Amino acid sequence: MNSSTNPPEPTEGSRAGHYYSYGIPYLSIDNYPGKLIAIEGTDGVGRSTQIRLLREWLEIQGYGVIETGWTRSELMQPTIEVAKGSNTLNKLTFVLLYATDFADRLEKEIIPALKAGFIVLSDRYIFTALARAGVRGVDRAWIRNLYGFGIAPHLVFYLRIDEKTLIRRVLQSRGMDYWESGMDLKLGDDIYESFRAYQKALLKEYGSMADEFGFRVLDARRKVEVIQDELRRQIAGFLAEADVPAAVRTE
Amino acid sequence: MEGIDGSGKTTQLALLAKWLSAAGHPVFMTEWNSSALVKAATKAGKKKNALTPMTFSLLHATDFADRLLYNIIPPLKAGMIVLADRYSYTAFARDAARGVDRRWVRELYSFAAKPDMAVYFRVPIDVSVDRLLARRVKLKFYEAGLDMGWSTNAVESFRMFQGKVLDEYDRLVEEYGLSVVNAIGSITEQQRVFRKLVSQHLEIENHEQLDESA
Repeated sequence: MNSSTNPPEPTEGSRAGHYYSYGIPYLSIDNYPGKLIAIEGTDGVGRSTQIRLLREWLEIQGYGVIETGWTRSELMQPTIEVAKGSNTLNKLTFVLLYATDFADRLEKEIIPALKAGFIVLSDRYIFTALARAGVRGVDRAWIRNLYGFGIAPHLVFYLRIDEKTLIRRVLQSRGMDYWESGMDLKLGDDIYESFRAYQKALLKEYGSMADEFGFRVLDARRKVEVIQDELRRQIAGFLAEADVPAAVRTE
Repeated sequence: MEGIDGSGKTTQLALLAKWLSAAGHPVFMTEWNSSALVKAATKAGKKKNALTPMTFSLLHATDFADRLLYNIIPPLKAGMIVLADRYSYTAFARDAARGVDRRWVRELYSFAAKPDMAVYFRVPIDVSVDRLLARRVKLKFYEAGLDMGWSTNAVESFRMFQGKVLDEYDRLVEEYGLSVVNAIGSITEQQRVFRKLVSQHLEIENHEQLDESA
């Protein structure tokens, strides 16, 4: 077997760095040198703060870093904003608009960055879509096939908090909005009760995905610096291993 | 109703609708890629030629989901005959021709209602090109498959791209049992065949209903 042409074995989760399922047949991503790291979690867990600190740390070490978010594509942003403003969105179109947005960013930002050897830090990833769809009762197999064109990240960190902390943090920061309160689910007229039920269901969905997608779960109730240290420790370990040339590794 | 551009299916569909309405059937028409929801994105994407085969596919699926819920399921529930100018088979054919995974697109559209009847207007590529050019229609960027970069000449690109789409439709005829109408004949001739197909289907439907009530 000619092992020199094979990419290094991922450290965990055999799909890391590859498409989840059928993928995009016209875009081969084999042997791309970049790394994809996703930071997942609900609102109010401090994802953007952690990503800002990680970027700084990585760049000091000489790694090229690109950040990507959820629903920020040039193509779809205006449409999603308009659609969320009107109430004609239903769960299917909601899911499909976000998937289109993701496809646009995947092909235009993420894949080119991985090809060029960047570390891509993703503020939320497809798990956000899976969790939101799960709460809305979208068929699990269907949405997993839909996102089968996604690339499995090399690392997924899930910043976890409990329901009570989550609610307080969201209220303190931006407050409750229609969608983040799951008002489309008509769980009740009381926006607080709806918000609480929705966020609780979201946490449950995230929890159920931890094993399926190999989340590295971090307790997000700790201090920013403590969480950052933990992230750096794990990422450093991964990068050290990934940098080892394939030929040196013993099978 | 399925078929490539220039197959004459829109003309045929309009004539069929006239006939059904005259016979007292309530008819509802819905057209591929016509929902207001994705119009802005599709238009912007097309204008900048910024759509990839994947985003092209997903935008059309979003449009379809929107129309399914607002323009297809409600009229069906109200007992109307829904005439769809293109259906999920269009996505299966076009997206596969653009290199999107066939299995993925089929699973993507698994939320669609299965049509009671699907008719495919089959036309050779030469006839389709002649019809479009005779109408002095400027071939559109995506319809001509110019996004694939196979040829910078619109007519040449159209032939190559729609040729692949025709191949995909041939697969679909077998896979989904589409009824095929030979779309080379005169408009009247085709309409006669089309009406016969539809009337057979409506008779069977009525018959089934009678059996159930018996």
